Amino acid sequence: MIEILFYILSAVTLGSAFLTILSKNPIHSAIWLVICFFSIAGHYALLNSQFLAMVHIIVYSGAIMILMLFTIMLMNLNISDEIAKPIVTKIIATVCFCLIGFFLVSSLAQTAPALETYTQTGVDFQTIQVLGKVLLNEFVLPFEMAAILLLMAMIGAVLISKKEKKTA
Amino acid sequence: MENVLQQIGIDQYIYLAILLFCIGAFGILYRRNAIVMFMSIEIMLNAANLLLVAFSTYHEDANGQVFVFFTMAVAAAEVAIGLAILVAIYRNIGSIDIDKLKKLKG
Amino acid sequence: MSTTILLLTLIFPLVGTLINGFWGKHLSKKVSGTIATLAIAASFVTSCLFFAYIQDGEPVKVVLFEWMKFNYFSIDFGFYFDQLAALWLMFITGIGTLIHLYSTSYMSHDENFSKFFTYLNFFVFFMLILVTGSNLAMMFIGWEGVGLCSYLLIGFWYKNQDYNNAAKKAFIMNRIGDLGFLVGIFVTGYLFHTLDFIELKEQSFLAPTLGIATMAFFIAATGKSAQLPLYTWLPDAMAGPTPVSALIHAATMVTAGIFMITRLNFLFDLTPDVQHIIAIIGAVTSLVAATIALVQNDIKKVLAYSTVSQLGLMFLALGLGAYEVAVFHVITHAFFKACLFLGSGSVIHAVGGEQDMRHMGGLKKHMKITYATFFISTLAISGFPPLSGFFSKDEILLTAFHHNTVLWVVASLASILTAFYMFRLLFLTFSNKFRGTEEQEHHLHESPSAMTMPLIILAVLAAVGGLISIPGSSWLNEFLKPVIKNSATLHHHELGTTEYLLMGLAVVGALIGLMVAYFKYIKNKQVPVNDNNVSGLQKLFANKYYLDEIYMLIIVNPLNFFGSFFKKQIDGLINGVVLSFGRVPSELSYQGKKAQNGNIGLYLFAFVIGVCGLLYYLFMCY
Repeated sequence: MIEILFYILSAVTLGSAFLTILSKNPIHSAIWLVICFFSIAGHYALLNSQFLAMVHIIVYSGAIMILMLFTIMLMNLNISDEIAKPIVTKIIATVCFCLIGFFLVSSLAQTAPALETYTQTGVDFQTIQVLGKVLLNEFVLPFEMAAILLLMAMIGAVLISKKEKKTA
Repeated sequence: MENVLQQIGIDQYIYLAILLFCIGAFGILYRRNAIVMFMSIEIMLNAANLLLVAFSTYHEDANGQVFVFFTMAVAAAEVAIGLAILVAIYRNIGSIDIDKLKKLKG
Repeated sequence: MSTTILLLTLIFPLVGTLINGFWGKHLSKKVSGTIATLAIAASFVTSCLFFAYIQDGEPVKVVLFEWMKFNYFSIDFGFYFDQLAALWLMFITGIGTLIHLYSTSYMSHDENFSKFFTYLNFFVFFMLILVTGSNLAMMFIGWEGVGLCSYLLIGFWYKNQDYNNAAKKAFIMNRIGDLGFLVGIFVTGYLFHTLDFIELKEQSFLAPTLGIATMAFFIAATGKSAQLPLYTWLPDAMAGPTPVSALIHAATMVTAGIFMITRLNFLFDLTPDVQHIIAIIGAVTSLVAATIALVQNDIKKVLAYSTVSQLGLMFLALGLGAYEVAVFHVITHAFFKACLFLGSGSVIHAVGGEQDMRHMGGLKKHMKITYATFFISTLAISGFPPLSGFFSKDEILLTAFHHNTVLWVVASLASILTAFYMFRLLFLTFSNKFRGTEEQEHHLHESPSAMTMPLIILAVLAAVGGLISIPGSSWLNEFLKPVIKNSATLHHHELGTTEYLLMGLAVVGALIGLMVAYFKYIKNKQVPVNDNNVSGLQKLFANKYYLDEIYMLIIVNPLNFFGSFFKKQIDGLINGVVLSFGRVPSELSYQGKKAQNGNIGLYLFAFVIGVCGLLYYLFMCY
């Protein structure tokens, strides 16, 4: 049952990722990407990390994708006026894709014996309660840093996208 | 609850993450629309996240998930800034075609 | 004797240099000249004090600090005041004072007045270091220093390119000699593990390579003291102001070589072969220079060649081991040659810068003091008794006669010629009618007292200077006894018939020279023709035996050729190689820069290739 679910989810993830890239209309791309992110959240749920699954949906599918869609629509890019890349580039892209895939997979195959069989101990390590404690004890400094980073990003985004005054 | 890793094994997740990453890289090479390239980057990031979560479960260690959490924060910041830059570029040259953005080269 | 006073002797000229060098532009000419003259005069006073002390006192050695230290010997920064140094101190500062006094008037119209005195004081300072240095390295400081000052002063009127070339020539010729000095220092240090004169005197022994050292020192002396084959710079050095010629190129600096050889007499005594070479070179130089002087028309050039000739006689004496005789001639020569140079300066001053004797004549009426002093000095240099030149020159001739008749003949010939060309100079300048322009004739006047006073003092000294070493009872020989290890002249103290005969011969020779000059230039009123119209032997003399041309042909031109060859070919090659070290990376980076074209796809492609390569290396390479 879980196995089947995993394969379905994987198929959705990969397929929607491909479609994200291949669809000509950026809005379609964005929608495919949302689906991709949902499926990844499903993977997280499968792995029993409910907190991350939720956060992922909120941050990626919610915030980031809304931001992207908003930008696309702001720029009025919904019509697919993009000029296709030259055929050579496309071939190179495909070659690269195959090459890096081949090398990663084969290097994994080389190292496969290193992976031991998995044993579950039943220790609670990924409930929201535990994660919260870890985050605010061990990682409190990076946590605060992340907060500052987001603040800076906000300020920076406002500053960059602000319309320049003509006089300047 | 029965664990997914016992049934499908960690290597399946690794293959999935590899493929996802490759698709992201392919996207960047294949498209010239800056926003789609951004999406490709997000896909690559998510491949790494997925792997982190899988290994976190595998090692029964919360640290991996904490890292994913931080990665998300960074990704959010990155998208915000990146899109802001794209908006600024669009305002200036009226396009976000990446091949037209070569003015920074030395 | 207090060492402070001795060091003050050295310090006064330095102080004068510094004052004139730093504040000279803000001082009036009068103050500037007075300071410089007083500095040397003060030195002269302390020198006199020391001279009085050394009469029956011990030499003083002052070591200020250890200068250099090597494995097995060290060099002190020290000074050694002995009898020899005392003599040189006396006449350097004495004549120096007179010439400074003279210069205050002679240079009074020059715009670089204070600069002139800076250099002049500086020169005296180095000259004093040269004669008082306690070891060869200290002497070398002075040796180089006087060379530098000589260069600066010859090229003092630097706006004339010929003068600059003369200065450069002097400097380069001296460098050749300086190299010899350095080689000598190295060999001596290697052999005896010391450069200190006192230690050398005690420790020196005959080593197989000592000849190299003494020969190298002699080469150094030929450079500084203008002997064959390095003398050609001295006549050109007359480009400098006349007081400079008097001080540096007649009285003091050119005697440095003689001083050095006398200082190292114990080394030269060990190598008789080198002494023979010195004697021969000295005799030949004196004859060659005398013949050239016969046909020179420039008043200063005649004196310059005369200086070379007289220096040759001194070297002859050195080569024969008669060091005190050479020293004696140095002193008398300093008196009368300084007087002659200053006299010629006075003449040049009077006729408004003219140096060609063919445009002079008849100055006797206008410049009585100059004429009188000039006349006395001419008599002295020609060797008429009882003037100083007679005694010193005669002693050289006597010594030569006792050693080698050929050398005596050569030297006698040179001194007869000396008498001739000096009287030629005298008659052409002072007798008959003035041959210059009308304007110059109106201008003729006796020089001011600041110029005539030194002339008178020097003329008196030139007249009576011979008294310090009268044959038979020589004060000088006794005085120098501690300095000179074994003297060759001590055994002819008793004067026999031969000696008197030789003296008579010398006087007759001088008289012949005088008579020939008299008949030629007073009776027949001849005036030398232009250099281009002479022929035969005269032409050879007028062109200085073509020595400059020969040097040009066999040394300068090949060097220039090699220089331009290396500059064009080898330098280009080396440049190319060296520059290509820069050009290759630059070109590579230029090519590499093209990869940075802003195409993200390309970057990513490169990245993918790189990652693949890394993975291959890490996981699949075994």
